[in-house]
Amino acid sequence: MTTFALPKLVRREKASLPILVAAPFVALLAAALSNLVLYAAIGVDPFAVFYAMLIEPFTSYFSFSEVLLKAGPLLLIAQGLAIGFRAKVFNIGAEGQFVLGAIFASAIPVYYPMASGAWLWPSMLILGTLGGLLWASITAFWRVRLNANEILVSLMLSFVALQLLNYLLLGPWKDPAGFNFPQSVMFPFDALLPTLLPGTRVNISLLIALAVAVAAWFFTQRSFAGYRLEVGGLAPNAARYAGFSQNGAIWISLLIGGAAAGLAGAAEVSGPVGQLQRSISTGYGYAAIIVAYLGGLHPIGIVFSAFLMATLYIGGDNAMVSAGLPIAAVNVFQGSLLLAYLVAITFVRRRLVWPQKATTEMVAQP
Amino acid sequence: MIAIEFILAGMLAAATPFLLAALGELVAERSGVLNLGVEGMMALGAAIAFITVYTGGGHVPAFIAGGICAMILSLFFAFATIGLHANQVATGLAVGILGLGLSAYFGKPFESFTVTGIDKIAIPGLAELPLVGGLFYQDIVVWLSLLFTVALWYVLTKTKLGLLLKAVGENPHAAESIGYPVRLIRVGAVAFGGFMAGVAGAYASTVYTPLWADGMIAGRGWIAVALVVFGTWMVGRVFLGALLFGAVSLGGIAVQTVGLAIPSQLLTSLPYIVTIVVLGVISSNRRLLRLNGIASLGEPYEK
Repeated sequence: MTTFALPKLVRREKASLPILVAAPFVALLAAALSNLVLYAAIGVDPFAVFYAMLIEPFTSYFSFSEVLLKAGPLLLIAQGLAIGFRAKVFNIGAEGQFVLGAIFASAIPVYYPMASGAWLWPSMLILGTLGGLLWASITAFWRVRLNANEILVSLMLSFVALQLLNYLLLGPWKDPAGFNFPQSVMFPFDALLPTLLPGTRVNISLLIALAVAVAAWFFTQRSFAGYRLEVGGLAPNAARYAGFSQNGAIWISLLIGGAAAGLAGAAEVSGPVGQLQRSISTGYGYAAIIVAYLGGLHPIGIVFSAFLMATLYIGGDNAMVSAGLPIAAVNVFQGSLLLAYLVAITFVRRRLVWPQKATTEMVAQP
Repeated sequence: MIAIEFILAGMLAAATPFLLAALGELVAERSGVLNLGVEGMMALGAAIAFITVYTGGGHVPAFIAGGICAMILSLFFAFATIGLHANQVATGLAVGILGLGLSAYFGKPFESFTVTGIDKIAIPGLAELPLVGGLFYQDIVVWLSLLFTVALWYVLTKTKLGLLLKAVGENPHAAESIGYPVRLIRVGAVAFGGFMAGVAGAYASTVYTPLWADGMIAGRGWIAVALVVFGTWMVGRVFLGALLFGAVSLGGIAVQTVGLAIPSQLLTSLPYIVTIVVLGVISSNRRLLRLNGIASLGEPYEK
């Protein structure tokens, strides 16, 4: 026999709730510690980074308001994605759906730059939602009718969406008075979302995002449609036996995800940005994947993880200014956070058994 | 004519990053593991290799360094998914995001810098041919990649190791019951895939377009993952797919030389659109996928 034996993973009889709740915090700690090493490697003071990332966002009304501003789109997109992820439909093209939402919403002020009236921003949000939904429906069609992998298709469509945005901004939608910059006209006042917190950029899209979170909670926890969707993901055979349509689940998952991302894109151009620009695509669609997982794919958990991720974004900006940290450090942190979390939650359903204990336990079992 | 000559001369080099990354992923998937982190592993390999060449390390160490760094990243993936049964899709995405982040993090001071590529080698006689001559005037990595493709085809189809890999991917429980270490083989396959992705990235950043720009991999890792599906997990078909994408990615430049007025953004999107279309065509043939697919792909192996 070998003298060296690896511990074995054994299934728990019941999923461990404490570990499920603790997992995000453990992952945050693990990611923070491992990233310290990286900061030190390029000669950046790790404590200055931590202050800038985790404390500084809460030291002033304005910087906290910026956290709230960032949390809105992340919250919206992640709620939509999580519904799909629970049904094992992996829409990872939210970035493209977000961009299409922004493009669709911008169509009104671009073609009617003098438009005014209270109907303007609501119709932009509706149009944006539709844009994201339509873009996601391509993926759904490819998956349902052509059996194509939705991960690859939705991601490829994100690359295409970005090129479509570039085309519009360099060509037909370019602001004629914009000194050749790749951006649209500035939107009229009525195209902008009303401000929520005076003196900040936080607008009512945050309320919309929170309302969507409540709706997602009802859908996933309290509705039969949500239940059907989840069964389809957890036990496809059982779902088929019960007559739940898998194709329906794919359509619903992708359309909800696309609509939410499209709405977020619309809220971005009619909110803090105020025009269509290339920089609207900042990776919210990818970050929202992390937000969805980190929140345990649960509508309430996602509210917390969206605020955490928003803090990291604002903190990363701070750290770039005050501690000289490359902005990519935020992406590194996000990636390691998700990886650490996925490792941590494997212990919700399993536990490690060390070799000696394993033998005694096996003897003890009847 | 000039456009065709241009595509023929360049398509092998353009195909090489796709080919190397896709063959690595093919090995991992044949063992039953779906690693979606290829894009990130390629980016990390590209950054590390570029930094190595730029700081005077030379191309051979750069390829090795790029490969090893990407392999280390793939071992994180292997630890989480094979060791702890973490969700393969989500973990692959995490590793991909991490790799992209690390490449931008380490590559930041080198943004827009260039290095010198490597010389091309002509095959005497063939390289002088009209029209197709360019095909026979390629750098050493392209020639080695072709040899590697043949060698991998041989190993996977004609040797015991290839059969073993297939057994592990098709029916891990049966493979284990006749005494093969399923997990170890899977870790090895994933590590191999990681190394190849890193080498593919190294080729992209130090030979094919010898400059560093954040985001330079630009979806090629994802297309490599799609290529494995296009090739229905077979080396020869993956090779043909890589050639197609090499040609498509040059098609944009070729069309511009001819002088057609097509928006450049449409041409840039072409590889992605072709991926979507081909994926639809191949996948709709459910029988083909069922026959050639890997039975345990993406499923964690639990005793």
